[in-house]
Amino acid sequence: MTNLAADAQGATGLAGSAWLLLALPTLGAIVLLVGGRRTNKWGHILGSATVLGTFVYGLALFFSTTGLDAYKRTQELHLFAWIPVNALKVDFGLRLDPLSLTFVLLITGVGALIHIYSVGYMSHDRDRRRFFAYLNLFVAAMLLLVLGNGFVTLYFGWEGVGLASYLLIGWYQDRPSAATAAKKAFLMNRVGDLGLAVAIFLMFANLGTTQYSEVFAKIGTLPSGTILAITLLLLLGACGKSGQFPLQSWLPDAMEGPTPVSALIHAATMVTAGVYLIARSNPIYDLTGDGRLIVTIIGTVTLLIGCIVGCAYDDIKKVLAYSTVSQIGYMILAVGLGPFGYALGIMHLLTHGFFKAGLFLGAGSVMHGMNDEVDMRKFGGLWRLMPITFVTFGLGYLALIGFPGLSGYFSKDAIIEAAFGQEGWRGWAFGGAALLGAGLTAFYMTRLVLMTFFGEKRWKDLKSADGKDFHPHESPKSMTIPMIILAIGSVGAGAFLSVGNRLVDWLEPSLGGLKESEHFVIPKGTVTILTIVLMLLGVGAAWLFVGRKPVPVTRPARVSFPVRAARADLYGNALNEALFARPGTWLTRALVFVDNKGVDGVVNGLAAMLGGTSGRLRRAQTGFVRSYALSMLGGSILVVAALLAVRFS
Amino acid sequence: MLQAYVPLVLLFALAGAFALFSVAAAPYIGPRRYNKAKLDAYECGIEPSPQPIVGGGRMPVAYYLTAMLFILFDIEMVFLYPFAVSANALGMFGLVEIALFVATVGFAYAYVWRRGGLDWN
Amino acid sequence: MSGFFSQAQQLQAPDVAYQAVLPMLLVLGAACVSVLFEAFLPRERRWGWQVALTVVTLAGAAISLIVYGNDAPKAGVKTFSDVLTIDRPTLFLWGTLLLLAFGAVLLIADRSVEPGGAFVAQAAIRPGTLQDRVQAAKVGMQTEVFPLTLFALGGMMVFCAANDLLTMFVALEVLSLPLYLMAGLARRRRLLSQEAAVKYFLLGAFASAFFLYGIALLYGYAGSVKLADIATAAAGTNRSDTLLFAGMGLLVVGLLFKASVGPFHTWTPDVYQGSPTPVTAFMAACTKVAAFGGILRVLMGAFASTNWEWRGVLWGVAIASMAIGAVLGLTQTDVKRMIAYSSVAHAGFLLVGSIALTSKGVSGTLFYLLAYGLTTVATFGIVSLVRDADGEASHLSQWAGLAKRSPIVAGVFTFLLLALAGIPLTSGFVGKFVVFSAALQSGMAPLVVVALVFSAVAAFFYLRVIVLMYFSEPAADGPTVTVPGAFTTMAITIGALATLVLGVFPSFALDWAGAGGFTF
Repeated sequence: MTNLAADAQGATGLAGSAWLLLALPTLGAIVLLVGGRRTNKWGHILGSATVLGTFVYGLALFFSTTGLDAYKRTQELHLFAWIPVNALKVDFGLRLDPLSLTFVLLITGVGALIHIYSVGYMSHDRDRRRFFAYLNLFVAAMLLLVLGNGFVTLYFGWEGVGLASYLLIGWYQDRPSAATAAKKAFLMNRVGDLGLAVAIFLMFANLGTTQYSEVFAKIGTLPSGTILAITLLLLLGACGKSGQFPLQSWLPDAMEGPTPVSALIHAATMVTAGVYLIARSNPIYDLTGDGRLIVTIIGTVTLLIGCIVGCAYDDIKKVLAYSTVSQIGYMILAVGLGPFGYALGIMHLLTHGFFKAGLFLGAGSVMHGMNDEVDMRKFGGLWRLMPITFVTFGLGYLALIGFPGLSGYFSKDAIIEAAFGQEGWRGWAFGGAALLGAGLTAFYMTRLVLMTFFGEKRWKDLKSADGKDFHPHESPKSMTIPMIILAIGSVGAGAFLSVGNRLVDWLEPSLGGLKESEHFVIPKGTVTILTIVLMLLGVGAAWLFVGRKPVPVTRPARVSFPVRAARADLYGNALNEALFARPGTWLTRALVFVDNKGVDGVVNGLAAMLGGTSGRLRRAQTGFVRSYALSMLGGSILVVAALLAVRFS
Repeated sequence: MLQAYVPLVLLFALAGAFALFSVAAAPYIGPRRYNKAKLDAYECGIEPSPQPIVGGGRMPVAYYLTAMLFILFDIEMVFLYPFAVSANALGMFGLVEIALFVATVGFAYAYVWRRGGLDWN
Repeated sequence: MSGFFSQAQQLQAPDVAYQAVLPMLLVLGAACVSVLFEAFLPRERRWGWQVALTVVTLAGAAISLIVYGNDAPKAGVKTFSDVLTIDRPTLFLWGTLLLLAFGAVLLIADRSVEPGGAFVAQAAIRPGTLQDRVQAAKVGMQTEVFPLTLFALGGMMVFCAANDLLTMFVALEVLSLPLYLMAGLARRRRLLSQEAAVKYFLLGAFASAFFLYGIALLYGYAGSVKLADIATAAAGTNRSDTLLFAGMGLLVVGLLFKASVGPFHTWTPDVYQGSPTPVTAFMAACTKVAAFGGILRVLMGAFASTNWEWRGVLWGVAIASMAIGAVLGLTQTDVKRMIAYSSVAHAGFLLVGSIALTSKGVSGTLFYLLAYGLTTVATFGIVSLVRDADGEASHLSQWAGLAKRSPIVAGVFTFLLLALAGIPLTSGFVGKFVVFSAALQSGMAPLVVVALVFSAVAAFFYLRVIVLMYFSEPAADGPTVTVPGAFTTMAITIGALATLVLGVFPSFALDWAGAGGFTF
């Protein structure tokens, strides 16, 4: 590896004032929060302007860095000594290198677009200003997360984005489901945070430092068991933040937040922090094959779970959320492949940032036109009424399923190929799963598009939740323009990044070169063809099962007894049901069950257990001095007895 | 040497355990039927002495106050005797110390006096 | 006969480093003057004079502490025949105590939140009677609370500096007795307050007995009550260790009681709830500082060499305390009781740092005490603001939707709760970080993991209050938030600002806390 900190440069010139990246959005958040109602009028403009300004500055920084030689591209900016006591030194500094700059552009670029979109989307909300304050807060924390030069700084940002996410998921306070979702997100993230915290403590205890440069330089001196423990704990942190198995179920619930939040935080940026963490820690992961294997397995399991459950939901945002879970699974799978995949994971992260943000904004636009309805069974035939939304959404959809030439094709295919490049059973297992996932992705996304934009206008005879008729309409310009820009990104980003290995070369100082496997279990060309075939199969299957017939408005509890007039289709339906629908339903039901009972059960059960214990123990606090004195006496006897027992044993 | 005490310690432990067990188990095992006699203070079967009609059976609080003040000043004055005996040996330092001590008691006395602690009403 | 006296050998008067102990002498001296004020000033002028005296005393003590601290010998000074040690940790603890006491005194002196102040106008009236209702509406208060505060503070300062166990015991009583009285001085809910006072007194006496018996056993073991002599005896004799460990166990129980470490915490919720809120703030912040100052000094000074034998036991106590605090806090319905259980959990975290027995453990614990104390004072300041017709509205259900009524108060309280939970950018995070990393370095990784788990559990009940304040609909006849006067505002501002500053720029305070070790 040549990316170690020995060659990190002191930051000078433009990079010397990189703290501005953090200061601008922080300032925005502070002004909006402290200013209160006085800033209502221009709050959204300030909020958008700070992020836009940050983006412009980040862009300038990026171009000034591309001008440098590759080995000079890693720069450290020391800001101040945060905890400078004897052996315990934690410096607060920034690390500007290709990896962090890439993230800066993604966060501020997509962030700025979504800020602009929110101006229109949130225009009816009385608290729009506070919303922008939280968004700015999120951008600041996320930038701190990626720019920090050590694990403690990262942890800071990590908690900061968690806080912003918590506040924004619970935005619609009057809905109990939003409060529950916020709580669930908070709890599950705590599990992950605990892993990250313990990993940092382990590094500190064993290496005496938490700065990236020093940790990476010294990590090789540790016993392999410790390294494995650190990698697994970091992975736990990544699983919590990125919604990976077994901590994935908070992410779909997090869709209770406003749609721009889902697009920015829960699709494009924050949830990819886990991928960033693993890619950033690549010198640690390089040392432990076992650790990487577990990362790969987690990624693979998650991507399959995400795809399969995605087929079962009718809520447009939840389908997209499970799709996010599944796509991040791909990224985790990629970074688990080590030097064969770090850069590929980041590439998919970037293209996914574009098309998934675009898809969410599109979904938001549909909801905006449909009185905030999210049930796809009530949509249908919207493509004529919302042409811009339809086209941009369609492009995002094609990019996601990996239509040749669009973004997803380049980034996802590369991951599938790399997975097949593993030796022996690993190649078959991971490659096969990734391939299957691609087919399933095509299926559920096609189902979504068909149910939303095509078919009958099922909403015509229905009323919205508040009893009004539906009047679907195209959204205002402030919403459509970001969607258009993101759609352009969905189309072109993949080709732009992958042609001539642009991204891979750019990231080399941070992640090391991308290695090419030499023994593919299936030849590369075949993999590409297989992927396209499976994708087409998925699209076709969706057409067969969803697009050809009317979609019932209420979700059928069981697939109903076939109508007599459709006798000719009977065999087909029965076959469908026996071969595909029923096992599919069972599988999805089983997964949803595991998800709700198993994972949620553990979380809820834990809370219930603590609560129950608490209630029971509370009864010991009787209020009688005599029982207090007795408990003190008991404690004293225990302490003295234990001391003597230790002494005389 | 200590080995000889082991049986004794064991006996204490057993006795303690039994006592704890009995106290802990009693509320769960025993029946709870209360009557007036059971709830009375234990006075060898004799009826508790009748309560005075005025004052609800309480002593006037001034008794407590006086008794407490007496004990406080009494005990603090006891320190003056050892000082007196070794006044020479303690020298100037001792004199200053005891003066401070008396002054401190004096402050408290002033407080009690000014706030009516010495009035019998 | 005269020869008898002259024969007696002249006793050497002990040297007193007056400059070093000046802060302590000032506080105790002012306490005596304060008693005289009570005796001779007419009722209506007492409050003003007492407040002025107390504030001036605290300021004077702080100035003399700073002046002395600037060129104090690094090795520390032993004075009064070596019964007091003024070393770096003592100076830090004294500074912390003076600062926290200043905050608490501001709350005690406040008369704007509750007309006439939080203290009873006439303590001797029977609760629940007509006179009691009249008393609650009177504007006067029992200004005895000021001398009591000063005496308690003086006792705490001696307690932190005591170098032998007997001095420590006397100091323990000097700090405890005024607190028992202060707990019973609440203006409203007199019965609850008096019950708290009696409970605190009875259990405190019980704990003092443990402490004293421990001293007796240790004296039997070492033949001395000086910490250094006990350490020497423990390090190099073949005497029976039974006395040593039995004595240490009882001694430590007495100390743990004062620090409200579980399972010796049982008094804490009842007393915190019943006491007047300013007194609760004083107890929660200052008593904890003094008690942990004492625990640190005793463990480091007398028992460091035998730590392999006793450390496991204190592991258990720390875990029990964290578990009790974190788990029981979950189902509390009263704000003050909830903070009481939070303080039990914090005591567990502090104990983790105290048994690290390294200089980093000491400095970490000292920093934690400063940070925790300041946050606590501000927290109770806020609690005193939320009121309804019956006084403080401390039931949690009454706090629902507070953010809609008073966003600033809810915001500050949220920030303080986040600090108690240990979220980054607050002093609570830095405190936990330094304490846990010190514990890690002295090889207590499993304990740190347990502590992290419990701090996650504890974070949940702070979160519950935040959710309640922000995401619930306010009750129709809910409490109002009083606009605080200058004193309470100042106390809350100091606490909240310090929580932020210590969270973002902790280095200066960490430097002070780590400036030097104990001297014995």
